[in-house]
Amino acid sequence: MTVSISFQLNGTSAQLDVADSQLLVEALRQHGSTGTHIGCDTSQCGACVIHVDGKSVKSCTMLAVQVDGKSVTTIEGLTQGQAEDMHPMQQAFKQHHGLQCGYCTPGMVMSAIDLVNHNPDPDEKQIREWLEGNICRCTGYHNIVKAVKHGAQMMREV
Amino acid sequence: MYQFAYHHPDNLNQAKELLTAEESKPIAGGMTLIPTLKQRLAAYESLVDLSSIAELQGISETSESIRIGAMTTHSDVHHSDTIKTKIPALSHLAGSIGDVQVRNRGTLGGSIANADPAADYPAAVVGLGATIHTAERDIAADNFFTALFETALKENEIITAVSFPVPEKAGYAKFANPASRYAIVGVMAVKTRSGIRVAVTGAAGSVFRVPEMEQALGDAFTADAVRGIAVSSAEFNSDMHATADYRGHLVSVMAARAVDAANA
Repeated sequence: MTVSISFQLNGTSAQLDVADSQLLVEALRQHGSTGTHIGCDTSQCGACVIHVDGKSVKSCTMLAVQVDGKSVTTIEGLTQGQAEDMHPMQQAFKQHHGLQCGYCTPGMVMSAIDLVNHNPDPDEKQIREWLEGNICRCTGYHNIVKAVKHGAQMMREV
Repeated sequence: MYQFAYHHPDNLNQAKELLTAEESKPIAGGMTLIPTLKQRLAAYESLVDLSSIAELQGISETSESIRIGAMTTHSDVHHSDTIKTKIPALSHLAGSIGDVQVRNRGTLGGSIANADPAADYPAAVVGLGATIHTAERDIAADNFFTALFETALKENEIITAVSFPVPEKAGYAKFANPASRYAIVGVMAVKTRSGIRVAVTGAAGSVFRVPEMEQALGDAFTADAVRGIAVSSAEFNSDMHATADYRGHLVSVMAARAVDAANA
């Protein structure tokens, strides 16, 4: 069965026709938000992390119909598309090279922003604990942790 | 994933009505159910989402207990000031489940209805001697978990809330799987107003109490009182993460840590 859902996507109204059983990550990607990645597809890796009503969730483990009436932010919602407009957390990942292949990065950034929204000045332990649900197979996390710490500082200063 | 119809009723009666249909299933946070559907380990004609039902939400406090709505997320339990003050061990336990995103979706009711042998909440529910409220009746924690993934719930019976009596002191310690954060062994040690309760999750097919430890802690509520008490691991789980004997060893170690946490 197909249903029509309406929700806020990155600040603008979106209306999608989705199957009852369609996963949120698939619906978002088909709609063009391909910055939200499918990694493990088993809710472990965190490449698909987005915000629903301001909280980070794994969009591979939610149904598209479940965001009807809600507000969704994906990595695309952080900027206006210009490099100089990057969100402070994105700038920090760039500056500290908190990535290698970049596949996990959108989810890392969305998780990190949720962390800073809860805790404006996280220490290294808190950052590592918070990123428990985001797996990176390239970096060894060292530069990611540095990026999140600096990103948090820049977010405090905005 | 096989196709299904999705319903999201906004009241309990409507949900109960929808769940009388053949091959229907309630969905809470979906943290186990959705992966299960994706792997085609289960298939239903319809899912009934309980997230819009106000009666299943919220945390309220009476003089002797805290009532937590079944659809309360692990994050909300973890961050609740009421729970942090009255039962800090429960806040700690909820904050140790999975990862942030799982805690933002997963719910108390969903977790205990699923009754995963490695889940954390069963240790809290049994350890604290909670009461499970359903749309039809109240069930005591000691009668709720019956076997591996089995509970006293009837088919599609909806959990509405869980009431946790406020203990004198309580502590939870777990040896977590480093990838999933599921409990390889988790122990809740509690000094209630009516006695000691020690509940173990992760070790066997279902959560269980340890009478020898409860008796020893009744005499002296110290880590030393339980450290030397060995439990039989004959019926314990054994897998690539830990052998049954190792789980048996961990029960004593985690029990001692749980008592230390309760006394801290």
